[in-house]
Amino acid sequence: MQTPPADSNHPKIVLVGNPNVGKSVLFNALTGAYTTVSNYPGTSVEVSRGHCEIDGTRYEVLDTPGMYALLPITEEERVARQILLAETGHIIVHVIDARNLERMLPMTLQLIEGRLPVLLVVNILDEAERIGMQIDTALLQEKLGIPVIGAATARKRGLKEIRAAIAAFDSTRRPTFAYASDLERDILRIATTLASDYPLDRRAIALLLMQKDEEVLELVRTAEGEGFAAVETAVRAVAFERRVDLHLRISLERKRVCKGVLDGVVSQDSGARTPFSERLSGWTMNPWSGFPLLLLVLYFGLYQFVGNFGAGTVVDLLEGHLFEEWLNPWAIALSDRFLPWYWLRELITGEYGIFTLGIRYAVAIILPIVGTFFLAFSVIEDTGYFPRLAMLVDRIFKQIGLNGRAVIPIVLGFGCDTMATMVTRTLETVRERLIATVLLALAIPCSAQLGVILGLLSGAPGALLVWTLCVAAIFLVIGFLAARVTPGELPMFYMEIPPLRLPQPRNVLVKTLTRMQWYLLEIFPLFIFASVLLWAGKLSGALGGLITLLRPAMLALGLPPDTAAVFVLGFFRRDFGAAGLYDMQANGVLSVVQLTVAAVTLTLFVPCIAQFLMMKKERGWPTATGIFVFVTAVAFGCGWLLNQALLFTGVLS
Amino acid sequence: MMISHQAEDILEALWIATEEKGDHGALLETLGLRPDDAALEELDRLAFVDIQGERVHLREEGREEAQMAVRRHRLAERLTMDIFDIRGPEGDEKACEFEHLLRGAVDTKLCTLLNHPATCPHGRPIPPGRCCRDAKQQGAPGVVALTELKAGEVGEIAYLSTAEPKKMQKLMSMGVLPGNQLLLKRAYPSYIFRIGHSEFAVDQELAREIFVRPGPGS
Ligand SMILES: [Zn+2]
Ligand SMILES: [Zn+2]
Repeated sequence: MQTPPADSNHPKIVLVGNPNVGKSVLFNALTGAYTTVSNYPGTSVEVSRGHCEIDGTRYEVLDTPGMYALLPITEEERVARQILLAETGHIIVHVIDARNLERMLPMTLQLIEGRLPVLLVVNILDEAERIGMQIDTALLQEKLGIPVIGAATARKRGLKEIRAAIAAFDSTRRPTFAYASDLERDILRIATTLASDYPLDRRAIALLLMQKDEEVLELVRTAEGEGFAAVETAVRAVAFERRVDLHLRISLERKRVCKGVLDGVVSQDSGARTPFSERLSGWTMNPWSGFPLLLLVLYFGLYQFVGNFGAGTVVDLLEGHLFEEWLNPWAIALSDRFLPWYWLRELITGEYGIFTLGIRYAVAIILPIVGTFFLAFSVIEDTGYFPRLAMLVDRIFKQIGLNGRAVIPIVLGFGCDTMATMVTRTLETVRERLIATVLLALAIPCSAQLGVILGLLSGAPGALLVWTLCVAAIFLVIGFLAARVTPGELPMFYMEIPPLRLPQPRNVLVKTLTRMQWYLLEIFPLFIFASVLLWAGKLSGALGGLITLLRPAMLALGLPPDTAAVFVLGFFRRDFGAAGLYDMQANGVLSVVQLTVAAVTLTLFVPCIAQFLMMKKERGWPTATGIFVFVTAVAFGCGWLLNQALLFTGVLS
Repeated sequence: MMISHQAEDILEALWIATEEKGDHGALLETLGLRPDDAALEELDRLAFVDIQGERVHLREEGREEAQMAVRRHRLAERLTMDIFDIRGPEGDEKACEFEHLLRGAVDTKLCTLLNHPATCPHGRPIPPGRCCRDAKQQGAPGVVALTELKAGEVGEIAYLSTAEPKKMQKLMSMGVLPGNQLLLKRAYPSYIFRIGHSEFAVDQELAREIFVRPGPGS
């Protein structure tokens, strides 16, 4: 638990709580538009920071990843706790779901016993009231001894009160809650062996030690030095004398204390009906209705919105009109006039020019497609649909060595494989991350490539079907084999299923813009880099050499030798290749069989350079190179087989 | 009646082939037997089986004995895998040794100790014994794995049995704690259950490690 650099002197407000309790909405409401999302130092977990001003005081606000308890399991939870301990928050705002007070209050108790300055926000009160729950927050405040605010942040309810409570926060009030006497004796026995100062109260440290928290154990080991042996002895003695799972014992004890606190606080009238969202939720999880619903989501979300609107209408507007008719001629005329050197003109506005190719591609083609995809993805994400989809496909995904959770990076891959490769880090085991990375590199076409290929093949009857079947079969077969040869822990699936909700436009917008911002920052330079590389290749003749080198492979696939250029381009951007194919077909040089073979091979073949670099970043050089070689071999192997099969059976001719 | 261990194993295999897979007997070859096998002759003498050429059939007279052999085997699996926590090939091997020790009403004692489990750790049904029927009549359903609840049934979480502390920790922090009431909403394709106002999805492997006391339905 190292301390990250303090980047501001303002008092800090740290938001903590379970996933799906409305922390981000509260964060956005407090901080307004100017927030930064960045990786927490030394980790790959994203943390949002922003500022707010209350009663003339300026605060720094931190939104932590969701955590279930002070004892971390996932990397997200570890980071959340690290922030809690290392950032010395002026106020810790614990946000909980009113409907699940009993389940979430134990963490409040943990925060209080750590002597952290806690402000409790009982959120989502509106939905709790709708199901007939009444919560007496005043009584809860009295019993807990810390400020408690009832709120429904998504409906802007309680925001004023939260601000007022922050301004009036009195950090000297520190209540305590007693556990059973035997447990208290154990806690005291361990706590008295601790001599150093800790970011948490010694009592809380003792409890974490009893729960076998390895990080805290390390922290204590370094802090105590010589005295650590005594601590270890005390912990071992307690564990042995009790002969029960102390973790369970402490959890049950906290539950008992919380029950007492909640006595009289919550009342429930049982007359409430099951709301429509509940029935809809049931349908999404029943395989009979769930898969048709999934198809509807894919059809409207992906095909209509991203495919037709994003890749069609918006791209036409930007690329067809803005660039082709206005910007490109203008830029070319400008460089012809002012740039005397051929090589420089080529670099800026030539065939592979930074402006005419790099920027045009990034802004006019990729950005609209990826932007509409991210928008659709954020809307679907905010409804709470993904956990339901994960649950639905878990059994199938187990067959390919993943668990249902992996559905999120895989779906994201249809938008941008590079981003999806990065998101594989949310998977729990190294094995899952590796399998997901391979599948993304091999069989998931990104939205740009998908758009062009769909347009290309829809004109040739049967070709689209063959392409779909081939790519789906490769996905399943390679996944199935990978699941059997990859060593490591088998995946396990558990997930909280949040209620279905209508997404909040503001939240969706912030998420989409954050992702697009990321996309531009990470990918944009790569576009420029790719066009420079292509330019250099063209001028030096290296591109031509590479294409000549690939020709025999093209002949083996039954393709015209010129297709080699398409594959080389494909490595720079998946869709460059597809676009090249489009040109070839427009010129009528490809038969239907050749078109299909080329499309399948190109889809499977190499992740684009950005994805390759991301694989290298996430998995390291040896693994990334291994995946590259493997994917290339599978792609060309399948292309060859497909060509033989199509020629032999005469299906498409 | 005492029959040899080998004869018991043959009966078990025949029971699984005929009663659970619906085959007409089993081929000698798939059982790994020669026609002149001693254990086979022993069963033939007791009129438990019928040998017709390459096939053996389980006769009505042998059903009871076969069913109890399967029951002992699967109870032994529960003991070695759940209680002793011996898994993998070693667990299978130990279960095979144990099952033969369970004759003479020892199976009843073990079954009662284990709360009359309905399935083995592989999910296959354990044929109920007299003790199970008695317990059912007394309305003492005992503690069962979540996998044995039907969708719509309610139960109270009795305990979590998992060898991995991380899993246990995760389940507990999600609110899967002994004493909590749980409603199973779906059992397929994953197990969806509700505690309080939250819903959780777990796969079959985890569902097998959550033990509940089926409760009064509400
Ligand atoms: Zn079994
Ligand atoms: Zn029984």
